[in-house]
Amino acid sequence: MATAFKTVEPLEYYRRFLKENCRPDGRELGEFRATTVNIGSITTADGSALVKLGNTTVICGVKAELAAPAVDSANKGYIVPNVELPSLCSTRFRSGPPGEEAQAASQFIADVIENSQIIAKEDLCIANGKLAWVLYCDIICLDYDGNILDASAFALLAALKNVQLPSVTINEETGLSEVNLKQKNPLVIRKHPVATSFAIFDDTLLVVDPTAEEEDLATGTVTIVTDEEDRLCSVHKPGGSPLTGAKLQDCITRAITRHKEVKKLIDKVIKSIKPN
Amino acid sequence: MEPVSFRLCSAPGREATGTDCSPGGSSSISGGVGERSREQLLRQTCEAVVLGALHPRTAITLVLQVLSDAGSLLSCCLNAACMGLLDAGLPLSSLFCGVTCALDAQGAIVLDPTTRQEQEARAVLTFAIDSTERKVLMATTRGSCSVEEMQQCLVAAQRAADTIFQFYRDSARRRYSKS
Repeated sequence: MATAFKTVEPLEYYRRFLKENCRPDGRELGEFRATTVNIGSITTADGSALVKLGNTTVICGVKAELAAPAVDSANKGYIVPNVELPSLCSTRFRSGPPGEEAQAASQFIADVIENSQIIAKEDLCIANGKLAWVLYCDIICLDYDGNILDASAFALLAALKNVQLPSVTINEETGLSEVNLKQKNPLVIRKHPVATSFAIFDDTLLVVDPTAEEEDLATGTVTIVTDEEDRLCSVHKPGGSPLTGAKLQDCITRAITRHKEVKKLIDKVIKSIKPN
Repeated sequence: MEPVSFRLCSAPGREATGTDCSPGGSSSISGGVGERSREQLLRQTCEAVVLGALHPRTAITLVLQVLSDAGSLLSCCLNAACMGLLDAGLPLSSLFCGVTCALDAQGAIVLDPTTRQEQEARAVLTFAIDSTERKVLMATTRGSCSVEEMQQCLVAAQRAADTIFQFYRDSARRRYSKS
């Protein structure tokens, strides 16, 4: 009976749960799904992380390559993020060129990197004007069950913490670069941005960490990115139901709490990796 | 199911190119990820106000062509989009306007910044404010700021929205008073 009602009137079915301040999967409105992170699973990448937010599974691989810095910023390297939503993660995506959601997510991750200054691009420079690191961050969704932005941002942060860059020296005589794979240094992570997403229902209710079903029924979404100093790195509200300043403030408060939870999880995982 | 489908093309005319993050230049099919992201912001803002249920099986195409960019481009696009929808006579639940705030190094708020002010600012926040209750329809930020600063910018943007909505009113009055 309940499944029939859910098929015929999904929104009304969902509203019944919201009235009791809970959701179909048993969570409260402000509760996140079980978050797990696995670091260093891709051995061929310079850094990698797999993040699961409930069923949403996102893997991030970081590859470092050498390139000449741009002319106008001779002391800066590059960080190039790319989010892929392949057709294997959900039936809503077809194979072919990236759709709008994947491109918007890539832009969101690029903005998070830029706004939070997670890595200073000057740290990626090896020789001023001649050689710098390029970090290609590929974020691929393996299972899409909503809240892709939070999972991608978390995977990126964990992967960057895991990156080990080989030391590079420039030979004075030949002018060529020499890469020493035996001597590796970790990246200097300056800030730890964490994203928290909310779905807006019926213009008033906010639920945190929406699943794919909830996202489809929602009338809007908000994503807040905070760093460890409780500064806002990004407020991303792409249209949808209007919100008052007070509701936005509630979102920010929840985001700040979430930051502490995520930071604790990441620190625990990094500490558990034995240095090799 | 969406009764109205939106298509937004924002083609830069003589736009100042932004910073390129990938080596060797960016290649894209009619606009890069930045354009796609801006289109998503604009499209979802318009979808929130247009009463799509009154026009089922209808596609509304909104084309924005940037003629020149001297700063605050996204708010300009939002204002243009709203006035376009108004001019088309589409049923809307409310009007909306775009306001950009820049926070300079001292923490002072500059509304409607020029390109120079945007580049030198610590943070640039763009809000789309609706006309009925001055609530936030769309928000996007560049750079980082404290929570108090964001709230102050929001209040400033909500106040500035009054001026823009008055401009809409005057323009509409002028247009219809000719005949």
